[in-house]
Amino acid sequence: MPLLEVEGLKAFYGQTQALYDVNFSLEPGGITTLLGANGAGKTTTLRAICGMVRAAGTIKFEGQPITGKATEDIVRLRVGHVPEGRGTFTNLSVEENLRVAAYTRKDQAAVARDLDMVFEYFPLLKQRLGQQAGTLSGGEQQMLAISRALMLSPRLMLLDEPSFGLAPMIVQEIFRIMRRINAEAKVSMLLVEQNAALALDLADHAYVLETGRVVMSGKASVVKNDEAIRKSYLGY
Amino acid sequence: MATTTTTANGVTRKQTSRFGAGFSRNVWLLLIALALLPVVVALLPLVGGPAEVISSYTFLQLSLMIVYSIAVLGLNLLTGFNGQISLGHGAFFAAGAYVAAALVAHHHWPHMVTLPVVALFCFVLGYLFGLPALRLEGHYLALATFSLAIAVPQILKYRHLEGVTGGVQGLNLPKIVAPWGLPFTPDQWMYLLVLVVAVPIFWFTRNLLDSRTGRALMAIRDQPMAAATMGINISQYKAITFGLSAMITGIAGALHAGMFRFVAPDSYPLELSITFLVGMVVGGLASLPGAIFGGIFVQVIEKYADSIARSLSSTLHLPIDIEPWTIYGIALILLVYLMPTGIAGGIARLRRLMNNTGRRSGTS
Amino acid sequence: MEQLIQQVAAGLANGAIYACLALALVMIFVSTDHINFAQGNLAMFSAYLVWQFLQWGLNFWLALPIVVVISFIIGVAIERFILRPLHDAPVLSIVVVFIGLLTIFFSLAGAIWGHTINAFPSPFPKFNFPGAAYFGPHQIGMILTTIVLLLLLFAFFRFTPLGLAMRAAAQNPASARLAGVRVDWMLALGWGLAAAIGAVAGTLVAPVVYLEPNMMASILLYGFAGALIGGISSPGGAVAGGFIVGVLENLISYFGDVVQNLTGLYIIGNGEKLSVALLIVITVLTLKPAGLFGRVSVKRV
Repeated sequence: MPLLEVEGLKAFYGQTQALYDVNFSLEPGGITTLLGANGAGKTTTLRAICGMVRAAGTIKFEGQPITGKATEDIVRLRVGHVPEGRGTFTNLSVEENLRVAAYTRKDQAAVARDLDMVFEYFPLLKQRLGQQAGTLSGGEQQMLAISRALMLSPRLMLLDEPSFGLAPMIVQEIFRIMRRINAEAKVSMLLVEQNAALALDLADHAYVLETGRVVMSGKASVVKNDEAIRKSYLGY
Repeated sequence: MATTTTTANGVTRKQTSRFGAGFSRNVWLLLIALALLPVVVALLPLVGGPAEVISSYTFLQLSLMIVYSIAVLGLNLLTGFNGQISLGHGAFFAAGAYVAAALVAHHHWPHMVTLPVVALFCFVLGYLFGLPALRLEGHYLALATFSLAIAVPQILKYRHLEGVTGGVQGLNLPKIVAPWGLPFTPDQWMYLLVLVVAVPIFWFTRNLLDSRTGRALMAIRDQPMAAATMGINISQYKAITFGLSAMITGIAGALHAGMFRFVAPDSYPLELSITFLVGMVVGGLASLPGAIFGGIFVQVIEKYADSIARSLSSTLHLPIDIEPWTIYGIALILLVYLMPTGIAGGIARLRRLMNNTGRRSGTS
Repeated sequence: MEQLIQQVAAGLANGAIYACLALALVMIFVSTDHINFAQGNLAMFSAYLVWQFLQWGLNFWLALPIVVVISFIIGVAIERFILRPLHDAPVLSIVVVFIGLLTIFFSLAGAIWGHTINAFPSPFPKFNFPGAAYFGPHQIGMILTTIVLLLLLFAFFRFTPLGLAMRAAAQNPASARLAGVRVDWMLALGWGLAAAIGAVAGTLVAPVVYLEPNMMASILLYGFAGALIGGISSPGGAVAGGFIVGVLENLISYFGDVVQNLTGLYIIGNGEKLSVALLIVITVLTLKPAGLFGRVSVKRV
C-alpha cells in the first residue's frame, strides 16, 4: 500500500487557486522530491497534505483519507512537517523546542530514545540545549526543525526547502544526515526543493510541478541524467 | 451641485462635484420642516389653535437626540471614516461642556457665543491628543483612549483647576430663553438652536467626506501604507481628523451643558464614552445617517431601557431585573455578529435590494 | 521616614493586585493580540461570587477555589463561544465585543447584587508579626497570596508539558500545530487562566476598596499601566510593572505631601493617582511601547 496518495488535489489561498490537479503517490521507504519553479505549487502541496490550506480532492495517508482534517490531527498520525523558514520557536530554548514537539506522545521511554537518536544525528543540538533557539544559526535551526519532526516518531517526513538560505557545506551536511535518517530510522521523506540538482542527488523518485499540476514524473537518476528533461522542466 | 445622469439600463446616478454635493433637496426639505415645527407649535395658540400640540418635553427629547447625533458624528468621523478607535470621546464632550460652562458661569458670556471658543479649544485638544496617538494602532489607541475616559472625572476634580471647573460641585448655568420676546418656550428655543448648530456641522462633514479629503481619510483607514505611498501625509490627516472629531463632539457637549444647565466631574464617566460607541455601532459605522440613528437609539434606550429591561425580565421569567447596560452589551455583541454595518447599513442594503428588484421588473 | 516606609509597603500591597491584573492582561495579549477591556469587570464579578458564597456561610478558603474554577470556566467559554468565531474580524469589531462584555458583567453584577457598596471581610487574621507597624495583615495577605499565585503559574508554564504547549502556541501557532498542539484550546485555556487570576485579584482587593460594581475600573487602569511599563508582551515584566506602579503612585502622592508641607503648595496628591496612571499609559505607549522588558514585534509590509 502506498504511504501517501494524492489524487486530483486542488488548493486555494482565499479566492485564489494555487493547485489545480496534483496527482502522485509515495511508496514507503524512499525519498521523493517535488521540483518546479517558483510558484509552481510545491510548498502549497506540502501545506495541503498537512491541512494548512483549504484543499479539495483526495489525500490518503496509509490508506486513511486526511483531506479536510486539522493540522494537529494529521500530525498525530505521525506525519512530520519541517516547514519553510524552519518554524523555530525562537523564544524557547532548544530543549523546549524538542520537548514541545513530543507533546502528543505518551510513551516517555520511547521519547527519551528518540531524543538520544536526535543527538546522535545532530550532536550540536545537545551542546546547545539551554540556548535560546532564536540565537542559533540558520543551519542549526534547520537541524532543530528536522529534529522536531523526528520527535513525532514520524512515518513520513515532509521537508520544505531545507537548503534555503544555508551555506553549501551546511546543506551537504544536512542532506547527508537526511539520507541516514531515511535509511536507519526508516522515515520516508517527501522533499520540496528549489535546488533541483541537490534534490535529485538525494531522492529516489522525482515529480515536477508546473503551475499547480504534476507535469513529469520519473526515477531521480533518470531525470538527473536526462538533459532534455532538465533543460525544459528544471532550467539547467 | 448635484446633477443626475441616466445610464443605459435606466439606473440613475448622482454626479458629485469636487467639493461634495452637500445635502440633497429632500434633506433640505426635511430640515426646513423640522425647523418649522416649533414655529407652528408656538404660533398655533395665537390663532386660536390648541397649545402645546407638541409638548415641551418632546422638544427636549428631540434636542437630546440631535445633540447625541452630533456627538456620535464626531466619533464616527474619527473611528468609522478614519479608522482610529476612540473609547474616550466622553473626554472631549466634557471638555466642550466645561469650556462653555466656564465662560458662561464666570464671564457671563451668552451660551451660544461660547461655541466658536469651544470649537477652537476642542480642536486643539483633539489635535494635541492625536499627535502622540499617531503611532498607536488599533488596540493600543483603544487602550489609550479607554484610559483617558477612566481618568476624566478625576482630572476634572484637580484642585488647581477648581477656579475654572468649580471642583466637585461643578458649575450651574442660567436658563437659555428666547430673546426679543419671541413666543418660544425655552425648550422650543433650545431645539431651534441645536438644530441650527447641527445643520452646518453635518453639512460640513458631508462635504468633507465626499471630497478628496474624505477619500484620503478613508484610504488611511483601509490601507494606510498604500495611502502613504500615494503621497497622502498620514500624520497631518490623522491628527487633523482627531481635532475635527474632538471639535464636533465638544460642541455637542457644550450644547448638552446648555440644555441641562449643569456640569460636574461625575457627569462624564467611562459610561458616557461607551454610550457614544454604542450609538456609533448601532447607528452604523462610517455613515452620516448612522450618526443620526445612533443619536436616536441612545436617547430612546436611555428613556425606555428601564421599561424594556423590566418587560424582558418578566416575559422571560427571569429572577432578576435586567439592567439597560446588559441590553447595550448584548446588542453590541449581536451587532458585531449579525449586522456589523448597523442600522444605516441595514437600510442601505434594503435599498439596494429594492433597487435591484425594481430594475429587474423593468422600472427604474 | 515611618510614613515613607508605610507608603512603600502599601504600594507593594496594591502593586500585588495590579501585578495580578497586569499578568492576566498580558496572558491574553500574548496569545491572542487582544487587550481584554473586560478584565476588570470579570474580576469584579468573581469577587461578588465569593461574597455570595460567604453570605451563604461557606468558609472563605473554600469559596475562593470554587469561584476560581467557575471563573476559569467562564473565561474558557468566552474565548470558545464569543471570541473564537471572530478570529479574523477587524480590530474594531473585537474591541466592541470586549466593551460589550465589559458592560454585561458590570450590569449583571448590579442586577443580581445591587449597586450599593458592601463591606467585604478580609480572610487574613490579625496577628502580631515583625513589620506590623508598616503592613496590615490584609496587605501581607495580598502580597503573599500574589507571590504564591505567581510561583504556581511560573512553575506551571516552565515545568509542565501543558504550560510549555501553551507558551509555544502563543509564540508560534503554526509551528505549534505542526507539533500536534491544539492551538485553539490553548487560547481558551489562556483565557481561563486569565479569568482565574482576575478572580483572585478581585477577591483580594475587595476588602480594601469595598465591593461594588464599579470597584475595578480604576484598578484596571493601574493594571494597564503596570502591564505597559513592564512590557505588554512579557509576563514577568507585567508583574514587575504592577508592583512598580503600586509603589510609584504612593511615592508620588507622598512626595506631593512633602512638597505641600514644606511649601504650602499643593501640586499632586491622592486625588491624582488615576491621572498619573493615565500619564504612564500614554507615555509608555508613545515613547517605548515595548516597556521595560517587552519586545516590539516588527511588522512586515
